[in-house]
Amino acid sequence: MTIKEIIEVTKATLVTPNIGLSASIEHCCVCDLLSWVMAKGVADSAWITVQTHMNVIAVASLMDMPAIILPDGIVPEDATVNKAVEEGIAIICSQMNAFDICAALSHCGVKGV
Amino acid sequence: MKLAVDLHIHSCLSPCGSEDMTPNNIVNMSKIKGLDVIAVADHNSAKNLSAVAKLANRNGLLFLPAIEVQTKEEVHVLAYLPSVQSALELGEVIYERLLPITNREDLFGSQIIMDENDEEICREERLLLQSADITIDELGQIVKAKAGACVPAHINKRSYSLIHVLGFIPENTFNTLEISTAAPISTVNTASYHLMFNSDAHYLGDINERCAIIRPEERTIKGIIDYINRPLRKAIRKEI
Repeated sequence: MTIKEIIEVTKATLVTPNIGLSASIEHCCVCDLLSWVMAKGVADSAWITVQTHMNVIAVASLMDMPAIILPDGIVPEDATVNKAVEEGIAIICSQMNAFDICAALSHCGVKGV
Repeated sequence: MKLAVDLHIHSCLSPCGSEDMTPNNIVNMSKIKGLDVIAVADHNSAKNLSAVAKLANRNGLLFLPAIEVQTKEEVHVLAYLPSVQSALELGEVIYERLLPITNREDLFGSQIIMDENDEEICREERLLLQSADITIDELGQIVKAKAGACVPAHINKRSYSLIHVLGFIPENTFNTLEISTAAPISTVNTASYHLMFNSDAHYLGDINERCAIIRPEERTIKGIIDYINRPLRKAIRKEI
């Protein structure tokens, strides 16, 4: 599914302006330890995390992950949003919790990494 | 000037700290161990610093006020402050950012606040072992404004460490990193950083011997803080 479709099914808001939403997402991971994602992440996947530190963008960029999903209504810091825009990574903020986001994405055919 | 230090010791206020970590026991053990400078850094609180500071001063030990803050990212950062008063002020900021969860001594341990006679004043009721709603960056700004220094704690441990949680060291944030003497030395490239070797002692016997030596310009709190904040080294790269 595309990032645009993820935004729709997770009732989320895109906080990074001018980011392309047509990238195809086949996989998703849920993890809050960045070192873990650096070790296990895969390209072209979405990443659900409660972390909003700027390092999240660096790790997503390193792993070629085009979308970060923040659950539970979490709002990222401005510096993190700016860095994401610079790197061309979408940050989407959902009011849903991580479990429900996973369930919604799974229902649409997205697989775990 | 060469000084033997242990800049990360827990008191009986940290729930995971032994109840033997009383102000007098910490200071006397540090003297037996031959240390010149100590810092007590309890989790998210400065409330035992006043008692330890008085005893350290009386016993000729230089005392550096500190708090081990657990940030929003779930990273442990040592905040060093120039006075007990400024540490208490930071403690107030941190306290307001903690969730109102009551400590359960049966699960986490006791959080005892003591005077300089090792008499219990009271127990901290709010659980200190939790993340404060403060980012690493904001903590750094507050501590800098108070003329202090921040050091990410035990970066070579597997839990609550900057590198484990955030993957790598964010640029322009820290000059000195703490290596725990209780864990294997990490393989992370720390070439441009200064390293500090502390015990993170929760038990009396774990306090450093004279194994960690620093070389500040002067034997004062400011001297130690300036030493921690000194500019990064030039990374040494080996040409292959």
